[in-house]
Amino acid sequence: MSEPALAERDRPRSPTGDTLTMVRRSVRLSSRNLEAMLTSVMLPAMIMLLFVYLFGGAIETGTAYLTYVLPGVLILCMGFVSAQTAVSVTQDMEEGIIDRFRSMDVSGAAVLGGHVAASAVRNTVATVILLLIAVLIGFRPTAGPVEWLGAIGTLLLFVLAMSWLAAAFGLLARTPEGANGFAFFVMFLPYPSSAFVPIETMPGWLHGFARNQPVTPVIETLRGLLTGTPIGNSAWLAAGWCAGLVLVSTVLAAVLFRRRTA
Amino acid sequence: MAVDLAIEVAGLEKSFGAVSVLSGVDLTVRRGSVFALLGPNGSGKTTTVRILATLSRADAGVARVAGLDVVHDRHRVRRRISLTGQYAAIDGLQTGEENLRMMAWLCGLRGRQASERAGELLDRFGLADAGRRRVKTYSGGMRRRLDLAASLVGRPSVIFLDEPTTGLDVRSRQAMWEVVTDLAGSGVTVFLTTQYLEEADRLADRVAVLDGGRVIAEGTSAELKARVAGYLLDLTAVDATAFGELVRAAGGRAASTDPAALNLGVTTDGTAPDVRALLGELDPAGERIGHFTIRTATLDDVFITLTGHAAEPGHTRPTEETVHV
Repeated sequence: MSEPALAERDRPRSPTGDTLTMVRRSVRLSSRNLEAMLTSVMLPAMIMLLFVYLFGGAIETGTAYLTYVLPGVLILCMGFVSAQTAVSVTQDMEEGIIDRFRSMDVSGAAVLGGHVAASAVRNTVATVILLLIAVLIGFRPTAGPVEWLGAIGTLLLFVLAMSWLAAAFGLLARTPEGANGFAFFVMFLPYPSSAFVPIETMPGWLHGFARNQPVTPVIETLRGLLTGTPIGNSAWLAAGWCAGLVLVSTVLAAVLFRRRTA
Repeated sequence: MAVDLAIEVAGLEKSFGAVSVLSGVDLTVRRGSVFALLGPNGSGKTTTVRILATLSRADAGVARVAGLDVVHDRHRVRRRISLTGQYAAIDGLQTGEENLRMMAWLCGLRGRQASERAGELLDRFGLADAGRRRVKTYSGGMRRRLDLAASLVGRPSVIFLDEPTTGLDVRSRQAMWEVVTDLAGSGVTVFLTTQYLEEADRLADRVAVLDGGRVIAEGTSAELKARVAGYLLDLTAVDATAFGELVRAAGGRAASTDPAALNLGVTTDGTAPDVRALLGELDPAGERIGHFTIRTATLDDVFITLTGHAAEPGHTRPTEETVHV
């Protein structure tokens, strides 16, 4: 084996190149994990159908229930799909491949960034499918091009927040099964929010939490953009929550990664 | 610093909480040689490799790999080494070729170059036919070979193999040994850990025995074996009483005892007069010894002599010839 010139070996690494390689890897792994992908899309779709056809008749929201519930179902779906990031990260940490990457001088940011990017790709696929089903069963958004762009931006920000949070959780968990627990937490979060029923119909003690938890402003923003309900200051709150979550999660992930690999 | 050293380690210490794993490890490995770190589970082998491969930091001591400090120059060290751990670090959901191409990209190769390097290594490791199959369909031996191939993509000059054959069947182990022997011939430095004495004996130019976080012996395997004596006379007693009498008679010359098997190993120079004298001395009436074997000392014997315990419970010693008397 010929030894490459030392100058070539010590050439500064390309962090972008490594990140792109990691993105390709994670997207490929995601696309080949069909069961996870199917569950991620099927489950929210079933929940949407369940709410629209079984509970929807009994819930008074002032509009067609499908119109009311769709943003909540989208958020539920994205939370669930993003949460898979935790499982992928835990698998990498536990299966020794992280040692190989580190011994090749690939940064933790590139590895985790790859998983988050793959999460965004999965979320895009899931959202498109979910929206198609919604349109098939009668969802008619009123959004124009600007509103659609706003909606896509909101969803993307939420996906980034949830995926980075999941990545940090994946660094905390010791087994993929444990990491899966994050999905349950995320699945539960939209219920005590304005996702499925108006907050006013909930018991008084729950109002404070339901109004002020991060999912509610995200859903209100989406609902406003897609179906024309008033948004108020929800957009700013949503952006603030998501940006804050991204910031906290990435810092947390960096600290945890360093600790896990010390 | 001597130029021809690939690895230099001095006074390495590492604790995890209150548990001290390494308590002052010193090692040197010549460039282009195969070095085996031999020790039982929990002796600190993996911790040593992780420190040398820049994955973990020592609490005290200095380690240089390829002439570079593993802490201050870790990024440069990483361009010169590869690490293959106990568990295959490859993606089951990617094909063998995709895994290798990914490693090639991470090593800075692009496009055709990356594909060619992947193809070259698949050929070299006998995986050309399996290259387009997902790795999760591979056998354990194929996975290890691919794992090793992946570690060679960047043409490292120092290769760390942490227990490369643990859990492999006999045939895969043989295949892995051939690969390591080939690597050694190509001029790279191989640092491997093993709990198999036979493996260290077969592959390594030099062997260090690690026990309780310390190197307790170091040398060529011939040198280590010489510390026990060239040959062992293995005696099997006729019954438990006779076994007890044999152990008493042998005293300090007993290199190993196995009461369950009524077996006793006594050091000898292997010459007929010495063996005859030993037999006469230990069993004057000719009624204690059932049969005996003369064999060359193995690293097992060295290990037991040095540490006072076996390297690996249940590891069977190769017997050469059994003579009935």
